[in-house]
Amino acid sequence: MNRLWLYLNQLGSPPNFWRWSGPWMRVSFILALILTSIGLYGGLVLAPLDYLQGETFRIIYIHVPAAVSSMSIFVFMAVQGAAALIWRIKICEIFVVCAAPIGAMFTVLTLVTGMLWGKPTWGTYWTWDARLTSELVLLFLYLGVIALYQSYSDLRAGARAASVLAIIGVVNVPIIHYSVQWWSTLHQGETITLTGSKMHASMLWPLLVMFVASKLYFLGSLLLRARVTLIEQESGKAWVRQALAIDTSEATNKPGQTSVSI
Amino acid sequence: MTSARSPHFASRWLQLLSSALVHELRQRLRQPSQLLHPIGFAVLVALLFGFAVGPQPEKLTLVAPAALFIALLLATFLSMELLFSSDFEDGTLDALSASGRELVPILYGKALAFWLAQGLSLLLALPLLMVLLNISVSLAPVLVFTFVMVSLGLSFLGLIGSALTVRLRAGAMLLMLLILPQAVPLLIFSLGAINAAQLGDSTAAPLFYLSAVTLALFVLAPLAAKGVLSQAIGD
Repeated sequence: MNRLWLYLNQLGSPPNFWRWSGPWMRVSFILALILTSIGLYGGLVLAPLDYLQGETFRIIYIHVPAAVSSMSIFVFMAVQGAAALIWRIKICEIFVVCAAPIGAMFTVLTLVTGMLWGKPTWGTYWTWDARLTSELVLLFLYLGVIALYQSYSDLRAGARAASVLAIIGVVNVPIIHYSVQWWSTLHQGETITLTGSKMHASMLWPLLVMFVASKLYFLGSLLLRARVTLIEQESGKAWVRQALAIDTSEATNKPGQTSVSI
Repeated sequence: MTSARSPHFASRWLQLLSSALVHELRQRLRQPSQLLHPIGFAVLVALLFGFAVGPQPEKLTLVAPAALFIALLLATFLSMELLFSSDFEDGTLDALSASGRELVPILYGKALAFWLAQGLSLLLALPLLMVLLNISVSLAPVLVFTFVMVSLGLSFLGLIGSALTVRLRAGAMLLMLLILPQAVPLLIFSLGAINAAQLGDSTAAPLFYLSAVTLALFVLAPLAAKGVLSQAIGD
């Protein structure tokens, strides 16, 4: 146990993180790209038509993975936030603030694809349905975390405040979701739900591929953002100069180019 | 561990709470204009709603409870940023944390004082708002109960929000951006109760839910705010 703990702490120390996150970031971006291509080809071309919705159902291959990501990223933020507050691990704070914009992006993607899907199937872009409304509230929770972090001039204090807000949000999200559900059943008796019959395997596998692809994209994007934020926060420290100096010395081999590869 | 010293612990807790409460209430009552501004604001929002909807009373009746609650919600929030900012600026918070006293009872005192002064003073605006928005008098008991509960819940939500923004000059807008989404359940259950009362249904279910949410905030928010504040002071 102690050895594991030591290992985890070493993994999260800024210089070590800088070292291992680069290859991991590249690998996850590449895999995400490959899997997205496979998943989209499978979903948009190979999968059979839906007997009821025809071609329009194909937006599911974007919509559902984005929706799942929008929720799981918030939970991820809260877990990282708790770790940041309890053990004061710097990299966890960075993960919280770096995950927020990605989560907000997935939430917007969910809302936009949902609206585009809603127009042909439900006949309207927006309805005050429980799921739609709680997704919108989730977007505002993300925006709150981002806004709070950005209003602090001290980056670490901002990151810690954002962590607390993420934890509070995660406690509140089920309450909000439940209350919205209660509210919408009170006002409108029946709404069209997305849960239909069980999906056929030919339709299901591209969806599963897209799930994995969206998670890998999140990982790559998170690592990229975390690397940039880390370098910003730690600028001036010896290891940063060292790490970037190695990169610049590599670049000087090609004359006229000095680039810092993040 | 706490049970062994519990009488002492409880009495010290209550003492801290009551002294913070009295101190805070006295400070608020010293500036009555601060209590009157939110009332004026709430009435003004209701007035704007009236103008926006137009001069047909039937249309106004449909949206009246919603307008009333949003007016009260915004008025409560606008008066909220004063919860900690002066204490932070003049060093009271630092002194408190250095004194080694329990922070949680003091936070309870602060939130309760805010509720008693700012929250409940808005009740004075309620009759006027009801007349302006054409709300029937038979709804008054439900309105009063829901508003008392909602303002209590908001005071404790505001405790977290003010603690999160205590070091910032960003002010009311950021606070609203952080806290308004969290206030959705309070709004839904109180308007659910009012709608049920309007239709003559039983209001028990929404009122129970509303009370449950408020109670959860009452218990959890000071603990969360304490965590946030001790970090803000520590840094």
